[in-house]
Amino acid sequence: MTGIGVHAVFGFLSAFTGAFDFILHQRDSELGSVQVGGPHEVLSFVWEHVKVSAAAMAVACAVAVPAGLVLGHTGRGELLAISISNVGRAVPSLALIAFFVAYLGVGFTNVVLALVLLAIPPILTNTYVGVRQVDPEVIDASRGMGLRAAQVITRVELPLAVNNIFGGIRTSAVNVVATATIAPLAGVLTLGDFILSANVYGDDGRLAGAILVALLALTVEGLFALLQRAVTPRGLRAHTG
Amino acid sequence: MLGAWSGPVLGAVEIRDRSHATCISQNKLCPGWIVDNFDRYTHPLMEHVHLVLESVVLGFLIAFALALVAHRQRWLVGPMLGLTGVLYTLPSLAVFFLLLPITGRGTTTAVIALTAYTLQIIFRNIMTGLDNVPAEARDAGQGMGLTERQLLWRVELPLALPDIIAGLRIASTSTVGLATLAVFAGAGGLGSEIIAGSNITFKTGVVAAGGLALLLALAIDVVLLLVQWLLTPWRRRARLA
Repeated sequence: MTGIGVHAVFGFLSAFTGAFDFILHQRDSELGSVQVGGPHEVLSFVWEHVKVSAAAMAVACAVAVPAGLVLGHTGRGELLAISISNVGRAVPSLALIAFFVAYLGVGFTNVVLALVLLAIPPILTNTYVGVRQVDPEVIDASRGMGLRAAQVITRVELPLAVNNIFGGIRTSAVNVVATATIAPLAGVLTLGDFILSANVYGDDGRLAGAILVALLALTVEGLFALLQRAVTPRGLRAHTG
Repeated sequence: MLGAWSGPVLGAVEIRDRSHATCISQNKLCPGWIVDNFDRYTHPLMEHVHLVLESVVLGFLIAFALALVAHRQRWLVGPMLGLTGVLYTLPSLAVFFLLLPITGRGTTTAVIALTAYTLQIIFRNIMTGLDNVPAEARDAGQGMGLTERQLLWRVELPLALPDIIAGLRIASTSTVGLATLAVFAGAGGLGSEIIAGSNITFKTGVVAAGGLALLLALAIDVVLLLVQWLLTPWRRRARLA
């Protein structure tokens, strides 16, 4: 019993030691023809991972935040705003990426487009909900002060909904970073390549990829949590918990 | 005489091209192929159903136990949200391979990763449901002489049911999507028909397997809504009145 336990712990430790060695030092690939691993390759994959994720998030925010603000302000499209996130959740990210590759082909732009579709629903729904839950009396008051519709959106509804909006952005960002892991299937070499091409990088590379992807997702989640806190007006922070 | 005719008659039957070779070779979307080859999806679909059900049921049991503890010991809510939050943030694909040195390839690894993902969603919703129980209802229960335990099972949990079911709906819908990645952990599922031997450019297969995943998510959602309808008869009466 203890023998098995010790064996498992030892196997576990040696697997992780191998993975960290892969990250820190270049080595021959499994086929022996090229050099893989090491800080240089790791950083280039991290950079590609961040680039494809950031591009998708930028486009998704540019589309979903204004759309959510306008829908929320007018109170129209409630069914659309709510059901889009339900449907969005059910669409398998693997199927989405595969669909884009099958119909549009591989490449950076197509992966970004697929990730944009994945990122829009949480941002749109959260923005909509954030605007709708602004106290109607506050909006009445701002109208009474002579603010025009556009000013009501930008000066009253947006600041009061900003906590929700960033909650949605944070959810999407973590989703996008996770899904960018399968981007190598579409020809974009993110950190997922270490995981998906084990025949090149070996078991150490695959575990290294898993560790790096996990760390990247946690980092993004942490950064966006801080950002969400920073942009929320001080008076509203008590509600965020 | 009859034997002499069997050849041509068989030939006439063969005219119907069950492989839809022309359509498939041009890699178009071939609905006829999906209909005629539907049996190839039954096994992956069943694997998928198993993965989702096992993960959500396990996730519910663990989250429910955590919630009951946190309901009594409020100071545990924060740490539990933090811990399940980390598990929620870790990308499933990464978790599959982080677990690989410990649990190896296969269904167990996939179920552990997917279960870990569902915990936060279900835990959060159970806590929300319990927190939303009107204080009057709790007071009335105490006034009737219910013990803490009776109060929980007869008053608080029934009233929290809509929130709990809402959590299960979100968790199961997202797990259906994530379970397509289980193929990378060697656990099969519909993902095996999406990547079809790391070839994700087979349009008909991507649409068929992705569509089945969407339908499965929808079906589980409908079943859960039905469960909620059956378990909360008082809500029906209230709506009719």
